[in-house]
Amino acid sequence: MIEVKNIHKSFAGVEVLKGISTTFEKGKTNLIIGQSGSGKTVFIKCLLGLFDYEEGSISYDGKIFSKLTEDEKRNLRAEIGMVFQGSALFDSMTIAQNVMFPLKMFTKQSKSEMQDRVDFVLKRVNLADAHNKKPSEASGGMQKRVAIARAIVNNPKYLFCDEPNSGLDPKTAIVIDNLIQEITEEYNITTVINSHDMNSVMEIGEKIVFLKDGLKAWEGSKDTIFKTDNEVVTDFVYSSELMKKVRQMYIEEKQ
Amino acid sequence: MTYLQYIGTYFLMIVEMFRKPTKWVVMKQLILKDIDDLIIGSLGIVAFISFFVGGVVTIQTALNISNPLIPKYLVGFATRQSVILEFAPTFISIIMAGKVGSFITSSIGTMRVTEQIDALEVMGINSLNYLVFPKFISLMLYPFVISIAMFLGIIGGMAACVYGGFSSLEDYIIGIQTDFIPFHITYAFIKTFVFAFVLATIPSYHGFYMKGGALEVGKASTTAFVWTSVVIILLNYILTQMLLS
Repeated sequence: MIEVKNIHKSFAGVEVLKGISTTFEKGKTNLIIGQSGSGKTVFIKCLLGLFDYEEGSISYDGKIFSKLTEDEKRNLRAEIGMVFQGSALFDSMTIAQNVMFPLKMFTKQSKSEMQDRVDFVLKRVNLADAHNKKPSEASGGMQKRVAIARAIVNNPKYLFCDEPNSGLDPKTAIVIDNLIQEITEEYNITTVINSHDMNSVMEIGEKIVFLKDGLKAWEGSKDTIFKTDNEVVTDFVYSSELMKKVRQMYIEEKQ
Repeated sequence: MTYLQYIGTYFLMIVEMFRKPTKWVVMKQLILKDIDDLIIGSLGIVAFISFFVGGVVTIQTALNISNPLIPKYLVGFATRQSVILEFAPTFISIIMAGKVGSFITSSIGTMRVTEQIDALEVMGINSLNYLVFPKFISLMLYPFVISIAMFLGIIGGMAACVYGGFSSLEDYIIGIQTDFIPFHITYAFIKTFVFAFVLATIPSYHGFYMKGGALEVGKASTTAFVWTSVVIILLNYILTQMLLS
């Protein structure tokens, strides 16, 4: 579980996060949603320790991140898997080498053990035949799946995904969403996903934190987001024509 | 103030580069890859330039000696001095600032833009040690490149001298042996080691701390080349003053 208390973060005097507090639960897919510029990426980078914040605290299963020593932070980071928006695969390595990388860096496994583990996770993300391809030879969806494989290869306790299905077609996006949810349940990890995709919200939003202008505007789940009266949330949720029609049909059906 | 900040960040980067070492198994592979990219990959251009510039130095020296009282072997002597003292260590380093420096800046800068450096940081890896340290170690083989440049510069001079009819092979060989001071080689290699450090770290700094997108990667490469050249020229002056005067 990740507990966030009153996080404040500014850039050049402009406050981007204005005191966010929330909890991300274990074994669940926790979504951070909101419009572009609402502070989602800054928030996730604060969670990961990539940005320092001025006020507040973030604790990973009771361990307050800012109070950890450098070595403890390093050990904690070895338990974190991250899927970046652009996948962030290492161009100079093949797909198999990319996935093997965390094992090489943090474990003392033999080459055959690492190879077995890589085979297993690549199979798990349906990429059993892509070992020797370079990231540049893989499609966007494949790259995302490789990034997920790399993130889970070392059995992380926490999985972070920054807009995992941005730039993907709706069908591939659903595959990625479902994969993340399955992995979360299978390994019982704390998953935090940064997204502005309403399909993801409807598919996997077990817990949702809605950000608006650096503030937490709403918190709930995929079951409650469509029933909320919070105007800020409804404006966002029903901003697309498709969602407006869905809502209309829902209202008509109810009447 | 901004420049002081840059200089401070540069030195902090160097300190950080030596901290929290990456696993040796991984580091060994990175060093070998960088030796291939930075050293082996530069040999062709260095050999080509050295041979022909050595030849040009010889021709120009020979053409400027019009007084019949000046011995012919002076052509070989002047070529040796120019190549060993300045051309090989300094001129080749400026060329390497363009070739190797822009490669380092653009490769690290692209990793920054595509969040690959963030990925390393999230994993708890010291990204400066992982990215810059292998380049620093592999460029410690840079004196090997400069040795080749010295050798081929003198050979190029010899070829131009003999086949251009400026003096005989014997005169040229006497010239390159005349008044040879072994410390000049030491001086050249001291400079080379210092320039190797500059070549590894300044382009890395510009790549690592760049902000923006693809356009900024290009700008960072240009800036890195300019600053690497400026620092090499300044250090060349300081080291020459310290070691030879």
